Amino acid sequence: MKPHENLDPLLIAGKPYTSRLLVGTGKYKDFAETRAAVDASGAQIVTVAIRRTNIGQNPNEPSLLDAIPPSQYTLLPNTAGCYSADDAVRTLRLARELLDGHELVKLEVLGDPRTLYPNVVETIAAAKTLVSEGFKVMVYTSDDPIIAKQLEEIGCVAVMPLASLIGSGMGILNPWNLQIIIENAKVPVLVDAGVGTASDAAIAMELGCDGVLMNTAIATAKNPVLMGAAMKKAVEAGRDAFLACRMPKKLYSAAPSSPTAGLITPAA
Amino acid sequence: MVTITVNGQSHQFEQALYFAQLIDRLGLAGKRLAIERNGEIVPRSQFSAMSIEDGDKLEIVVAVGGG
Repeated sequence: MKPHENLDPLLIAGKPYTSRLLVGTGKYKDFAETRAAVDASGAQIVTVAIRRTNIGQNPNEPSLLDAIPPSQYTLLPNTAGCYSADDAVRTLRLARELLDGHELVKLEVLGDPRTLYPNVVETIAAAKTLVSEGFKVMVYTSDDPIIAKQLEEIGCVAVMPLASLIGSGMGILNPWNLQIIIENAKVPVLVDAGVGTASDAAIAMELGCDGVLMNTAIATAKNPVLMGAAMKKAVEAGRDAFLACRMPKKLYSAAPSSPTAGLITPAA
Repeated sequence: MVTITVNGQSHQFEQALYFAQLIDRLGLAGKRLAIERNGEIVPRSQFSAMSIEDGDKLEIVVAVGGG
């Protein structure tokens, strides 16, 4: 057993999670693939979206909640697609009702349908309302350290800055801002959005992020199940590397790893 | 006649229905869903006690895949 598995849980709103990888359930071929990829990732917290039901559809059509039952996973309903504080709040009130009073939610309010860049003004307004109504809000935001701090002060239980734009797979574009956010934060900081491959997730964790949330990187990989497994290892490896504290970087070292003494005599 | 809007579409019923009856009539029985009426949540515990009213605007939602 790795030393951190029990001693180093991710604490969100007082609840411990052994996995620091959170995954979404969008863009999969079918629910079987969703379930297989989620399980390969080892994620315990799984995001879902809230949408209008189709009236008059096949009543026996499978439901996402059959594949990802709330009894086995901590579901994290999101407000993806909301462009105003009001819509986001209404969506999460519906989610709470749908999930029997479940209070842990992911707030995201977008500002632009082309880039999916977050609207932090609306996000802050929604966060205030949701916190006052007893929601435990994990909030998606830009990588602005001041906004991140304000969201924490409002009472959000986790702050989730983007690594790069949603669905872009561009990786971590501003590690310096993330570092400032992490240094300032008293709540968990999770990178949400922009991770493209395993090394991106490892870098986020090495920076000191408490976790990583991703969807597209796993779901749109050619082999989502294998990528889910890769992300699990990357997040664990990155966390271990962070805890181990990396060696300092220097341009070169005059101290080789092998002994300098005891070399055989050079040929005459 | 009772006319309501469900998820943006107009529906007519001969009389006011309880939400539980409405769910049946819309073919949604047995689905895990949540309902908002005119901006307010209709608690699932009240589906058999509360009824629709003429002019109601309903949103009926489910959980779907998302990130």
